[in-house]
Parts: sequence; structure tokens; C-alpha cells
Amino acid sequence: MSDGRDRVLARVRRALADVPRGERPRDVPVERDYLRTHGARTAGETVDLLAGNLADYRAVVHRTTEDGVGELLARLLSRRGAASVLVPPGLPPHWTAAVDATRVHDRAASTPWELDAVDSVVTGCAVAVAETGTIVLDGGPDQGRRRITLVPDHHVCVVRVPDQVVGSVPEALERLDPRRPLTWISGPSATSDIELDRVEGVHGPRTLEVVLLAAGEGGRAADGG
Amino acid sequence: MSGTYLGMPAFPKAARDAVRNGTLRGNLRHATHTIRDKRARAVAELEDWEELRAAGKAIKDRTLRHLDHHLVRLERAVTAAGGTVHWAADADEANRIVTALVKATGESEVVKVKSMATQEIGLNEALEAAGVRAYETDLAELIVQLGDDRPSHILVPAIHRNRGEIRDVFARRMGRWGRAAPEGLTDDPTDLAEAARLHLREKFLRAKVGVSGANFMVAETGTLVVVESEGNGRMCLTLPETLISVVGIEKVVPTWRDLEVFLQLLPRSSTAERMNPYTSMWTGTADGDGPRDFHLVLLDNGRTDTLADEVGRQALRCIRCSACLNVCPVYERAGGHAYGSVYPGPIGAILSPQLRGTGSEVDASLPYASSLCGACYEVCPVAIDIPEVLVHLRERVVQGGEVTRQGVRVTLRPARGHAAERAAMRAARWTLDHPGALRAGQRLASRTRRLHPERLPGPGRAWSDTRALPKVPAESFRDWWQRTRGGAR
Ligand code: SF4
Repeated sequence: MSDGRDRVLARVRRALADVPRGERPRDVPVERDYLRTHGARTAGETVDLLAGNLADYRAVVHRTTEDGVGELLARLLSRRGAASVLVPPGLPPHWTAAVDATRVHDRAASTPWELDAVDSVVTGCAVAVAETGTIVLDGGPDQGRRRITLVPDHHVCVVRVPDQVVGSVPEALERLDPRRPLTWISGPSATSDIELDRVEGVHGPRTLEVVLLAAGEGGRAADGG
Repeated sequence: MSGTYLGMPAFPKAARDAVRNGTLRGNLRHATHTIRDKRARAVAELEDWEELRAAGKAIKDRTLRHLDHHLVRLERAVTAAGGTVHWAADADEANRIVTALVKATGESEVVKVKSMATQEIGLNEALEAAGVRAYETDLAELIVQLGDDRPSHILVPAIHRNRGEIRDVFARRMGRWGRAAPEGLTDDPTDLAEAARLHLREKFLRAKVGVSGANFMVAETGTLVVVESEGNGRMCLTLPETLISVVGIEKVVPTWRDLEVFLQLLPRSSTAERMNPYTSMWTGTADGDGPRDFHLVLLDNGRTDTLADEVGRQALRCIRCSACLNVCPVYERAGGHAYGSVYPGPIGAILSPQLRGTGSEVDASLPYASSLCGACYEVCPVAIDIPEVLVHLRERVVQGGEVTRQGVRVTLRPARGHAAERAAMRAARWTLDHPGALRAGQRLASRTRRLHPERLPGPGRAWSDTRALPKVPAESFRDWWQRTRGGAR
């Protein structure tokens, strides 16, 4: 093993014989004059952009407030006909208090087959990116292990707005911790492999619903779905 | 390199066969034009595209000029996070390492997410020989694997198959490898995707070993990144107990922050999306979440030879977006298979001869599989000057000269009068004899005219001295039409 290592590194060094000896990696210039965000927006406009881009990639977007979130989630799950719903350990209990479906908790010993038998999963998120219509999960207590948002066919993701929403990809990376397993999700699973027709739903959840949860009362309770 | 494509005819013959195949040509044309137009729109959304492109190029150059430093740093970070790093100088070494790792788990099957590096080394065949079955899980790869076929496009490997053909492959072959296709399967893409979902799900759920590549590796943090659409990548990266990632050494980027550039450049260039449906990032192993064992196999296999060439090394900036394929008039006519390599199109024409040398007829002919129209350079998100490298490699074929092969400096003899040169000149003639192919590139060619002097300066001079370059009109008809009519609007 160390053989291969020495060989490859020696080849790399020989190949770079033209690089001046004193040059350090930082000496190679990288201009970062690209934009940090594309356009100026208020917090509210950033949330609107997120909603628009999520919908553009066929996520179903809903808006609610702390007062309405329990009722909305109950409604989404019953409309889906979900008999069981996976709940990460740190999900605020009042979010799913009104839900009829059986709550299933992810255990270390849960097999993929067990997860496959669950209808829906409800999670929070780490951050959402408005310009790209992306939600990012980092395995936090309200999101759970990666597998629980992968195997069930229906994922409901709650985004606290405007706090968890950033404008752009650079802003998102700044907020994320690379030591955590990260999943960036932009719309439901899709493929264009057959004559380039976009088909939703191959292996990941075929339905992605995103709930934009505004702090406090008085937010728009309008429901996109 | 392994002999995956041994016996491959040189480019012109393979291209001629492809041009005769009407279905292939129709599929390719439809596909390349569709993606091309969408990409242009996705790119136009970002007013700072040129700055991002310049930064992407600069970050890759920074990485390549100090590649040893970044690789050692990456190794340290991955190891600290609980992963194990292996180094493979060539395809055989990489295959041996992966086979031994799979064998050590006691398993006889693995699930795979699309990876060009593992195709390049012929990993599936090596595993097969060791009694391990590798299941491809990308829809397109599945189509290719079930059809006993070879991929023809980086991004859409089954681009040469239409829905009717895919239906037939699924109906006939799925049962042989697992869950059969449903009775009465139609050729509706939704139905076909559903059949693939069912067929592969049982494999994912029982899989103990996953094999992947990676789009990026972050030296600073030890993080690997896989960009995908279907969710099969997430399945392979998350559900198995053991994960083995085989990644070319050029895929490293120095810092976490560098991802902000590539995560904007890649999706828009490749699938023309603001963001692809799924991106997974992981650093070593995580407690209770995902694989318990993570192995990273760093692959050279000709990359350091490519690095040793000061003109050719820019090919290592490639992020495999496939934008250059979709704008290439020669690729559109000839199809991916004609390139005789896992890397088709313009990038293949400069990468394969460097990774493998120009000893074989097909590799010697590849630098000629281009009209030098420059469209590939225009769309490349990391600004690889493909025409420049093509001319450089042509000169190498004709004139010979110093190159590095498997880490050793050797002097190539000029191919004059060789079978290799004859293959090369046939390829050149084929390219020039297809005015249809050229016309498509003409508009862009005129704009990049500076790339097409009649005599090339510097290293290209010797080549252009003895070979007439195609003449590029100062202004194409379409440009003239747009300019004169455009003024009236
Ligand atoms: S050469 Fe450039 S355009 Fe072609 S696949 Fe690589 S990065 Fe994309």
C-alpha cells in the first residue's frame, strides 16, 4: 500500500519539475471576484425566491406559522394516506402532535427493509438555498440519519423562515459543517436518462413537500398544495 | 490502462459506422441539441458566469501545480475522520485493491454508482473475474449493463438508445439479474423509471458493499462530494456497511470554500439545472449514520503522465460536465462509441491519448477527431483550451518528442508512415469531409477565430507547417443574417 503511495507521489513531483521550487500553493492566484449572491433581496424576497425555485423543480411548497404547523402536517400526511411516519428524535413534538399516522422512531438497529415499509418522513433542515431551490440536511436531531429521508417515498421537510434561508451557494457552505454528513436536495429524485425526458422519482422520495414555517403568528397560512 | 476497448477500430472507421446508423444519429442529434439549448439558458441566469469560470480554472490550476501537497493533506484529513486511504499507480493496482477489500467483507456482490474512473480501469470486469458481481445503479448505466453495451455519453450514457429499445432491454434482461420487469411494460419513460426503481430497490436494501467515484475531494477537510440526480448515489453511499470510493487524483480541491465555485459551475454546465436533485458530502465515517468502513482509493493511471505535459495538463481540470460533447459537431455525427474510450467527445480526444499514450491507432487518431471549431472551449466551465491541446497532441503524433509514460520519460518516434499516422490522417480527412459536421460549428468557430490561425504559433507550428488547417470563414452566414437583421429589430 505504501508502495503505491510513494510511487504516485514521486511521479507527481517529477511531473511538476517545471514548478519553481519556492512556489507555495497559495502563491497560485485565485480571483474570487464572482458574486456572493445574485441580486439584492429583502429577507422576505429571499423566502419567496426559495418558494419559487422549489416549486420550479416540482417540490410542493406550503407556508404556515408555529400556530398552524401541527394542523398542516396532519393534513398533508392524511391527504397522502400515510399509515406510518418516521420521526427523527429531535423533531419538535408539537409538529406531529395532531398526526394520525403511527409514529415510527429510527433506531440504530432499524434495517433498510423496515424503513422501506414506512410511508412518510417528516424532518427539519440545516439550511435552505433560495437561488437554487435547495434544502440541505446535516443529520441534526430534527433530521435524523441520512437513510430515513432516502428510503420512504414521501418526504416532508420543514424550513424555518427566514432564519434558515440563505440566498446563495457560497452563503450555504459558510453555514455548514463539513464534518457532518450532508445531503443537498433540490426537488424530488429525477432522471433524464430516457431520451432526456425528465421523469420524477427513481430512487429517492418521489414526493417532496417543503413547509416554510414562519416564526410567530400572522404569517400567511396559504397552502400551495 | 485495462483493455476495456481493445480491438476498437480507429476513429474514422468507427465514426463512419456510426454515421450510417440512423437511429443513433437521430438520438444523438436530439439529445445534444436539447441539452445545449438548456445549458445556455441556465448559464445566462448567472451574470458572473465568466468570473466563476475563471475562478474554477484558477482553483484547478492551483491544485494541479501542488498536487502532491493537496493529496497528502487529503489523506491526513480522511484518515483522521476514520477513513482508510489507498494509492493505486495504475488500473491493475486499483482493481487488486478494490477486489481485496470486497473479498475481505465476504460479500459476492456490490452496488455501484456511476463512476468514470471505475469504468476507465475496468473494475466491473476485474470483480467479475474474482467472482463478485457489480450492479450498476444509474438508470442509464443499468440500461447499458443490461444491454451488454458500452456507454456513449459521459452524462447520459444511454443517449444512443431510444425508449423502445430500452423497453426491450428491460423486458428481456431484467429477470436475469433480479426482479423482472413488470408484465406489459410500455415505453413510457415513467413506466421505465418505475421498472428500474423496483428492480434496483431490492439490491439497495440488501447491499453490504457500495462502490462509488466522487466529483470532488476537499483536501482541507477530507470531504468527498457526489453530485447526482436519481438517488441511487445516496443509496450506495448510505445504506451499505462498507463504502469504497475510487477517485482520480485530479479530483482534489484545496478548500471547503472552493466548492462554492464548482457547485455553481457543474450543475448548470452538465444537466442545465440551477442545482442537481441530490448532492452527498461525507467526511470519513459518521457515528451510526452510513457505512462503518470507508476506503478511498486514489487513482493515478496516466494522470501523472498527463500532468508532466505542460500544455496537456490542463485536461486534468475537467469536471466531467459533458458540455463540450453537446456542442461538438464531430461528436454529434460520430457518436460516443467512435472515440474508443470511456471519455468520448472533445475531452476524450485530449484525455485518452494522454492517459493511454498514442501507441494504438485509435488513440493516435483521436487528436484528429476534431474540426478545431473551438465550441468546446467556449462552453467549458473550467476553460480548458481543447483546440490548443489537440494541436499539441497532433504535433506529438506526427513529430514525436518527449513524453512521460508510467512515470518514465521516453522519446516518441514520429509516426510518419506508421499505421498510427495513417489512422490519424484518415480521421482528419473524415472530419474535413463532413461539411455538415463543420457547418454546425461554424458560427462559434468564427467567433473564436483567434484559435484558428493558418499557421499556429509556438508548439503547434511544426504541425501546421506540414498540414493545411481547415479554413474558417470570417463570418458565418448565420452570424451575418443575425447581424444584418438583428440591427433592424
Ligand atoms: S472538458 Fe470542460 S466542457 Fe468538457 S467535460 Fe470537461 S469540464 Fe466539461
